[in-house]
Order: sequence, then C-alpha cells, then structure tokens
Amino acid sequence: MSKIIKNLKQFSTSNDRFEGAHLLCPGCAHSIIVRELLNCTDDNLVIANATGCLEVCTAVYPHTSWDASWIHIGFENAATAASGAEAMYKTLKRKGRLKEPDKPVKFIAFGGDGATYDIGFQFLSGAVERGHDFTYVCLDNEVYANTGGQRSSSTPRGASTTTTPAGRVSYGKKRYKKDMVAIMAAHGAPYVAQVAPNKWKDMVKKYQKALSTEGPVYINAMSACTTEWKFPADQTIDVSDLGTDSLVFPLYEIENGHKLTITYRPRNIVPVRDYLGVQGRFKHLFKKENQHIIDEMQKAVNEKWELLQRREEAGI
Amino acid sequence: MEFLGWDQLEAGAVIPSFEDKNSDIVKLKQEERNYAKTNSYTASVADWRVFKPVFNKDVCIDCQNCWVFCPDTAIVARDKDMLGIDYDHCKGCGICAEVCPTNPKSLIMFFENDDNDTALSQWPEKKKKEK
Repeated sequence: MSKIIKNLKQFSTSNDRFEGAHLLCPGCAHSIIVRELLNCTDDNLVIANATGCLEVCTAVYPHTSWDASWIHIGFENAATAASGAEAMYKTLKRKGRLKEPDKPVKFIAFGGDGATYDIGFQFLSGAVERGHDFTYVCLDNEVYANTGGQRSSSTPRGASTTTTPAGRVSYGKKRYKKDMVAIMAAHGAPYVAQVAPNKWKDMVKKYQKALSTEGPVYINAMSACTTEWKFPADQTIDVSDLGTDSLVFPLYEIENGHKLTITYRPRNIVPVRDYLGVQGRFKHLFKKENQHIIDEMQKAVNEKWELLQRREEAGI
Repeated sequence: MEFLGWDQLEAGAVIPSFEDKNSDIVKLKQEERNYAKTNSYTASVADWRVFKPVFNKDVCIDCQNCWVFCPDTAIVARDKDMLGIDYDHCKGCGICAEVCPTNPKSLIMFFENDDNDTALSQWPEKKKKEK
C-alpha cells in the first residue's frame, strides 16, 4: 500500500533512507530527487544505478549512502539490472523460496541523461518492451557532468559544453534536445512523466503513481547542475522554478502511451530569456550576434507547449 | 577500520549499511539505527563548508521547506518539528536559507568560523513590505 502524504509537515516525518555525507556537489539537485523518491514509499526497494554522478558520489569506498539494496552497474545497463532482479524476484516468489513473500518490493533504476538518452538507450528500450515491473528515473542534467561536461543528446540548443564550446565560430550546441518522454511514451509504457525538484508535491504524486503502476515506468527528472549549468549553489531551486515557469521543462504525464495530462500550469509564464540569463552556459547567447538563437528557442518552447495543450484536449 | 586495497577486494563485494539485519529500516529514525562504519552517515563533510546555515528557532514556522529541499539530509526534522542542522553532513550550499519563507529568515548563512550564539545575536529585524 502506498504511503499517504497530505502535506509537507507530514512528509517530513519520513525516515530518510538516503544518507548524507555523499560526495555530490553542494547544491546538487540529484540528491533532492533521490531523497524524495526514497521518502515517498515505505516498501522495500531494489535499486540499480547506472554510472554517473549519482553512482560515483554515493558509493565511494569504503562508504555507501544507501539504506536500501543498491547495485552498482555499468554505464549502459541500469534498466537491464533492474529488469533482471525483477525477473528473478518473480521466479523465486513463484517457487515459494522468498523469506518474506508478502512484503512489497519495488524495483527502481537510476541513470543520468548520458546513461539514458545515449549509452543506455537500447537497453532501456528493451526493458520497457519486455514489460518488466520497474521504475526508471532519469536524472536529466543535460550534460555529462561526471566526466567534465561533454555534450549529451539531452543538452539543449545553444548550450556551451566542453565538446561544443561557444566562441567566435560557434554559439554552442546546434541540435535540439531529444524528446525522451515522447519516445518512451511511444514504447507504450503504462506511465511516463516529467518532474522537477522544486514542485515537490507534484513529484511525490507522480512517484507514488509510478511505483504503484504495474509495468515499466519512465520518469524524466529535471536536475539543475550547479557546476555545468554554472550558477551559484544556493540557486538550485530558483533555477528549477524558472525552468518550470518558462515551460522549458513543462510538467506533464502520459498514461498508456496516449492520455496526456499537464500537471502544472504556471500562473505567470516567464520568458525563456530569464531562464537562460541565470545560467553561465548560455552567457554567450546574450551577445548581439547570437540573440536570434534565444528567439528561436522561445518559439520552439511555445510550439511545444501548444502541442502539449492540444494533445491534452484531444486525449490522443 | 581496516580498508582493503583495490587489488584485495573481490569482484561483487558488498558494503553493508547496517550492523544488524533489519528489514524494517524505514520505521526507525536515524538515531535509532545501528549504522555500520561503512555507512556514509558515520562520515563527515563538514570541512567542505565556507559558509554555514545558522538556525533561529524563534522565527521558524516549521514549514519544512528546508527539509524537503536539502540535498544532504542535513536538516533534522522530527515529529513535524524542525530541530536544527546536522553540521556533520551539511556542505553549506545555502539552499535552505534561500527557500526559507519567513520574515526575517529563520536560516541565514554565516561565515563558517563565526560563533552560532554571536550569529543569533546579530539576527536582522523584520523587514517591512515595500510599497
């Protein structure tokens, strides 16, 4: 049975299963996202973690920050490890060899955007197609932050990274971000959602729905990265606020591959320019010769928002 | 604690989080748990800080915004009350001070070497709303 969380005060009585003194940067949104997922349920958890910031920082020998079963796996196969564990659990349950067969167990896989959008893509696709009962959470910080800030296919257009540096010749990455949520919805996954750490209630609601859904679930979590997005460590929640309010990261969910629901409509929509302005990786876009990129980005965001609203109305 | 070198560890080695085998860990508060020495709860990142948050109980309304947004599990909240900051695990990022909604803020960042009592005596007055 899922835990009932009415308000923040009640939520704060949860006993944390993700311990402090991990080595993620101060102000990293990864741990906010992970903590909320681990706090929103009382069930036992089996967690597979793809290589990335989260994995290398939470299990530095001799310490571990996880109070749940956690497996360190290669860059590409978090989804594979979770589906394998789930298949074994089902088999043992059928054969009656589990010590506590009545205890609910949830299977979770964590991956960064590199592990999800690029390297682990076919493995995730396979696991979703096979229909394993697990939840895949992509911590989307739009860059390979762990290895020094290389571009990934999640990096947005115009961002300066170490492999797409902005300068006299280039304005940064030239391609748009891959729409992973739509791709996973197209797999026919029963539940796909996009969350952001600043909207904690929306996030908890979606997590609980995800964990109670039978079948593969994909969650794309916006994770503001202080180091690679280049903003001060205490601004994580403010930058996330700008991301959701400017609709660069619209919060919505898709059920059964088609039923789209927008879960957060900002009261005042902020221009994309404000969201870009607080981040050092977009600093060069405010030069005179690059201004047209901002206008193009605003146009793309508007079109995406229009499309989401139309899809929600039509229910297809 | 004795640490093994990289060439002494076996492939597939397990790091335990707790000394005992308790499968109901979610029902225990952090101070009731029997942490193993390999749990990062026993470690400290206090030396990362340049600024530290100082907590003023008198202004706090127990909204728990700091608890939910703390990336380092460093806000101690028990039974819906905000008790204070776990200075062993706080890295001084300043998110808690930023999300604090009270006026004046009940969490303010001070320089790491400042004394907490001195900091509390310098607490700012309530700001009037600008018209």
